Amino acid sequence: MRHGKYPFIIGFLVVPLALYLTFVVGAYLQMFQLSLTDWSGYGAFRYVGLDNFAKLWDDSVFWIALRHNLYILIGMPIVTIGFSLFLAFLLNVGGRSGGGGPRGVRGSKVYRIVYFFPQLLALPIVAVIFGRVFGSDRSGMINGLLPDSWSPRLFLADERWALVCIAVVLIWQQVGFYVVLFSAGMGSIGQEIYEAAALDGATKITLFFRITLPLLWDTLQVAWVYLGIAAFDLFALVNIISVNKGGPNNATQVLSYQIFLNAFQNSQAGYASAIGVVLFFLTLTFAALTLRVTRRDAAQA
Amino acid sequence: MSEITTSELDRRTLLRRAAAVGLVATPGVSFLSACAGSSGDGGDTKQATGTKSADNPLGIDPKAGVEIVIFDGGLGTKYATDVDTPLFNRKWPDAKITYSATQQVATTIKPRLNAGNAPDMINNSGTDLMDFGAIVKAGQAADLSDLFAAPSLDIPGKTVAETLVPGAVQQGTYDGKPYAVNYSFTVFGLWYNRKLFEKNGWTVPTTWADFTALLDKIKAAGITPFGYAGANAPYYMVRAIMTSAAKIGTEQVLKDIDNLKPGAWTNDAVFKAAQAWGEIGTKYIDKSYLGLKHTEVQLQQNQDKLAFYPCGSWLENEQAASTPPTFEYAMMAYPGVTASDQLPATAINAAAGEIYFAAAKSKNPQGGKEYLRTMLSKEAAVEFTKLTKSLTVVAGAADGLTISPGLTSANEALSKAGKDVFMGYLFDTWYKKLDDASREAANQLMFKGGDAKKFCDTMEAASRAVAKDSSITKFDRS
Repeated sequence: MRHGKYPFIIGFLVVPLALYLTFVVGAYLQMFQLSLTDWSGYGAFRYVGLDNFAKLWDDSVFWIALRHNLYILIGMPIVTIGFSLFLAFLLNVGGRSGGGGPRGVRGSKVYRIVYFFPQLLALPIVAVIFGRVFGSDRSGMINGLLPDSWSPRLFLADERWALVCIAVVLIWQQVGFYVVLFSAGMGSIGQEIYEAAALDGATKITLFFRITLPLLWDTLQVAWVYLGIAAFDLFALVNIISVNKGGPNNATQVLSYQIFLNAFQNSQAGYASAIGVVLFFLTLTFAALTLRVTRRDAAQA
Repeated sequence: MSEITTSELDRRTLLRRAAAVGLVATPGVSFLSACAGSSGDGGDTKQATGTKSADNPLGIDPKAGVEIVIFDGGLGTKYATDVDTPLFNRKWPDAKITYSATQQVATTIKPRLNAGNAPDMINNSGTDLMDFGAIVKAGQAADLSDLFAAPSLDIPGKTVAETLVPGAVQQGTYDGKPYAVNYSFTVFGLWYNRKLFEKNGWTVPTTWADFTALLDKIKAAGITPFGYAGANAPYYMVRAIMTSAAKIGTEQVLKDIDNLKPGAWTNDAVFKAAQAWGEIGTKYIDKSYLGLKHTEVQLQQNQDKLAFYPCGSWLENEQAASTPPTFEYAMMAYPGVTASDQLPATAINAAAGEIYFAAAKSKNPQGGKEYLRTMLSKEAAVEFTKLTKSLTVVAGAADGLTISPGLTSANEALSKAGKDVFMGYLFDTWYKKLDDASREAANQLMFKGGDAKKFCDTMEAASRAVAKDSSITKFDRS
């Protein structure tokens, strides 16, 4: 059955896969090698065994960064997926049902495009824009809108809120993509299912929890893995909008930025590679766990 | 095609599997590979040499090309293309100069250093600059002893070293050998608008009591008295605190800090300086500056919303486009802190900066050094100052030039300081980790309550951590 499928697919994959092996897998292997050295980033190095990992264990900033990554990992996907699901549901099923089954709210086609806009901007541009939005004096957009009697809020310069601000930026940028992804998923759910349920008197909430959510499970799983990986990144945002290199007082320090600082500022490429190895295994573990935990019998549409 | 789309290997499953095997790149890690070139020394590059003579003290091959890379930043690149290169070719017409400019110094140069294919002369500067201590450690920078011992190109009877301001060679010296030419000469102090001060009848203070009294007056006039950008320029503040510490206890305080001497940061001089500045932070700073970048705060100063800004003499040129006619830059030395300060209030921290070096493993390192000798000629230095409004380390090269008001004022402060001009500290370039720690500690001190003891203890701990980390190369100075 399906004779000739695999040669066909492989034919398409050979070139990208070769590039991938050379430039991604090769780089990873080199990172594993470098994590065992004291390479500064310039010239020769010597092997130091697991010294870099021992140093990581004692590095308080590493633990702070790791903690921040975990906060984002827990908080950001929940908010993003919840919000995207809500919007996608409104766009597809949330409108008044007429004769022809469920439909989106008025103007849903326009919204779908508008929501996607942030995704079109490169992340560094988004970061620069939000750097201005969160400006800590009156020239910052939010502070400019506050009443004059309020003293300006510090946002990114406030240890308690800096990381939250960065998470908000990330969510703002991501939601559009997941709205479109979930919309596509919802679009493939048969209209007749909704019609039947509607005839039985199901409310919007029932429709959502009993029909949409179960039939969307695969898509949700993908979204979760993707968002998790994004939660481990955050490099561009932290690099561009954090105050004083992951500050104030390390409040926005994350692992990817620690890699950058150690590799390129502190000339400790070996040590940075060790953080990279940790990050690699964290991300892999996360992806594997997510797929395992969320596995369930696929609901057949 | 439809067979594929309807097969079990649909898009979602593919994505999912891809994620599962890590095909979706683990974030942040892949850019490490950017720097992982060949780790070998690449020492077998054939290097051009010629015969040494009185006319050719560095023994360059007159026909060998020289490749130079200039950082394209605040100083521009005109001095290289319009001054230094023609000057070099006037003496060596057969040597072809290959010139390029970049804003990404580390990104473009580092792989070439590691591949043993370095340019001959490199201007290491900008936000993407390379850690020069690590370059020296890796043997990538050429020893410049012969350059400094060579006769000056156009100042008769003097070696290159003898034409420079005191401390200039020392600043590029690592463990007793010079590796860098720090070409531009920066004077550090407190910058203000001379016109605003004249209008209000404010006079330049020399004691700390006068200073705070003036800050009170400025505050009463509705202007933020003192400030700096916490988001990306806290090292301006570190410089201020360190300068005050040196005034209290001489430059030895800073040398101890550079040498990672135990107790160097908990020294009484550092504590008193931190205490004095911490109080300024508590009373006179606008807290929102913690979230602002240097250009934003500097703009506020240009708009007379901020009175004093701690900075180096590049400030005037950097802000040239934003400076209104009502604004005239002037600089004052940091006021004395205590009655028992060991340096006078006029003492000034001035340092050579902007690293230029010849690569040790290039095709023509001697040619790179000869290019540096050209830059250090009087003719080149004068043109550099005219083009960039920055002084150079070539002593007296700016004398008799008509220069901008801010630079004039910096020059005056220098002459008032007389022999009390000190080079400052090197820990920020030697130990980036300590540099980062000092920036955060300065922000904490100035914006979060002015706890001087915490400042000292935090920095002492950071210094201890660097001292005991065997993977960090240590340097000494005296």
